[in-house]
Amino acid sequence: MDSTADLSRTEISEHAGAVELAGIVKRYPNGHLAVDGINLRIAGGSYCCLLGPSGCGKTTMLRMIAGHENPTEGEICIDGTDVVGQPPRLRGTAMMFQNYALFPHLSVRDNVAFSLKVRGLSRTERFREADRVIEQVQLTALANRLPLQLSGGQQQRVALARAIITQPRLLLLDEPLSALDEFLRLQMRAELKEMQQRLGITFIHVTHTQLEAVAVADQVVVMSQGRVVQSSSARGIYTEPDSAYVARFMGGQNVLSGSLESVAGGIATLTGGYAVRLIGRAPPIGKNVEFAVRRDRVHLVQAGQPGTPGVNAVTGVVRAVEYQGIFVKATLIPDLGGAEFVIYIDEGEYFQAPVGIGARATGWWNIEEAHLLQAD
Amino acid sequence: MAVTSINGGRPWTFYLLGGIFTLYVAFLYGPMVCIYVLSFQGEQGGLGFPMRGASMHWFEQLIEQGDTGDLIGAIARSLPLALLVMVVTVVISFAAGMAFRARFPGSGPLFYLVIAALVAPGYVLGIGIGLMFQLLGWDTNWYTSALGAQLSWTLPFGLLIMFAVFGRFNRSYEEAARDLGAFPLQTLRLVIVPILLPGVIAVALFGFTLSYDEFARTLQTVGSNNTVPIEIWSMTQNVTSPSIYALGTLTTALSFGVIGLSLGAIALIQRRRQGTLIK
Repeated sequence: MDSTADLSRTEISEHAGAVELAGIVKRYPNGHLAVDGINLRIAGGSYCCLLGPSGCGKTTMLRMIAGHENPTEGEICIDGTDVVGQPPRLRGTAMMFQNYALFPHLSVRDNVAFSLKVRGLSRTERFREADRVIEQVQLTALANRLPLQLSGGQQQRVALARAIITQPRLLLLDEPLSALDEFLRLQMRAELKEMQQRLGITFIHVTHTQLEAVAVADQVVVMSQGRVVQSSSARGIYTEPDSAYVARFMGGQNVLSGSLESVAGGIATLTGGYAVRLIGRAPPIGKNVEFAVRRDRVHLVQAGQPGTPGVNAVTGVVRAVEYQGIFVKATLIPDLGGAEFVIYIDEGEYFQAPVGIGARATGWWNIEEAHLLQAD
Repeated sequence: MAVTSINGGRPWTFYLLGGIFTLYVAFLYGPMVCIYVLSFQGEQGGLGFPMRGASMHWFEQLIEQGDTGDLIGAIARSLPLALLVMVVTVVISFAAGMAFRARFPGSGPLFYLVIAALVAPGYVLGIGIGLMFQLLGWDTNWYTSALGAQLSWTLPFGLLIMFAVFGRFNRSYEEAARDLGAFPLQTLRLVIVPILLPGVIAVALFGFTLSYDEFARTLQTVGSNNTVPIEIWSMTQNVTSPSIYALGTLTTALSFGVIGLSLGAIALIQRRRQGTLIK
């Protein structure tokens, strides 16, 4: 116990709100294993997104950090102190609930001042402080309204104000944008990021939306079936997925595979005419190797066009062409079988030599764009 | 909105259902209206129609108590009894509603045990309680045996309502309160009770009116001093004047008053909660 505590203490970052999860397991009495051994470090003052499909354990993990559930095994350290068993009040955390859980019988001001009321502050003191925070979230004009009289975005701001008035070092947000419509979602996620920057505290934000996570997070943690499958920067997770699961889940990538034919100069040649640069030790010859190619780094040409490379290319029939404004999304059904191959091509480039639905086309890429994936 | 056919007339089913509904309302309220009207019977009038003038005579007779029994005394017992039943029902069924959310071991059988008290024949239950008190050598009284007998009836009702109320209660309110540093009692006082107040008032209302009108369970447990329903019943045995109707009118007015107050309170809370926009 002492040695682990010392170890974590030496690694406290300069910002408060650093989180370290060590061997967290959550097993429910009915035997369901919601969280299956999570080790994770979140830097103080950073914006971290727990990302994964529903049922992957991300909300359970968040609730354990908040103190609304206890892990079956493992340690949750906040700034080097194990908080397992402590009530939320003592953890220096605040949670924003999925549907905000604003008290329906209290006005905006009373909702925001709630934590000060239970701490025994006088009415004047707590209203002064509440009004200050309400101003920060630009709701001063609505301070006397009840939650039901507010729009979704306004309710979210009240929830945010109610959470930050406790001056937490760690703010936990459970799907904070899921109750909002598309337009508000973009606006509010920018506000969340801005608030995190302003307060300089750690935000841990649970979401199942990939674009939401990469848009706001410094650190994106992809979860699946109670485990962390990859934790990296937003750009890292998007451009350099570790596994085919992450590549497929994040989108924006084509996952291809072939069995290893030969290795030369750190470059592996695979069946199907693919080549990919190896990372670390080479797998044995004949082994199936998966790699990812970013959809927006593939060139689209008519099949058989002179000058098209014979390797690192997928040829097939165009199944769909979707105009997306700044780019065009083309979907090929590969001749060699396998999953559909998707190409995001610059809008201007596409219309110089358009390829229609039903035509035969080739998507090709440079070897630098092929990213080796580890076996799942 | 009524469904209208293309030519603007109503379908025949409208008249059929309308007729059935009219009959229903007539059977529901007709007899009661007769009682209320007859309670204002003239001094020379009898127990049935026609009315011979109109007067407050029978109400006066009632208050004067002469041959009509101890009505004032009965009300003075029934009201505190109903209030007592109301308070006990609210407190216990609220606490039980909270407890049953946890699905503790044996909660299922316990629930059915409580609900079985609803199906048990009230009159027999009353006799049983009376006998038990006799066996133990205790006096039956409105504030002991009758209170217990009535609670056996109101508690399951209260619990059922509380189940419905808690079923719609979002537990994240509690978690939010806890997250914001509230201790359990603060959460109860500042969050759970205020949010569930309309449901609590409904339970209170049930507790009060069920007790105030209770007859079957009370008859054998009330002892020598009657509650209002028992008093009315005993009056029907020996009073043969419209005083009995005046009594019916009075007690109904009292019941409606209580219900009106409670519903008004609920409406007020809802209004405050949804409220008109504050400019």
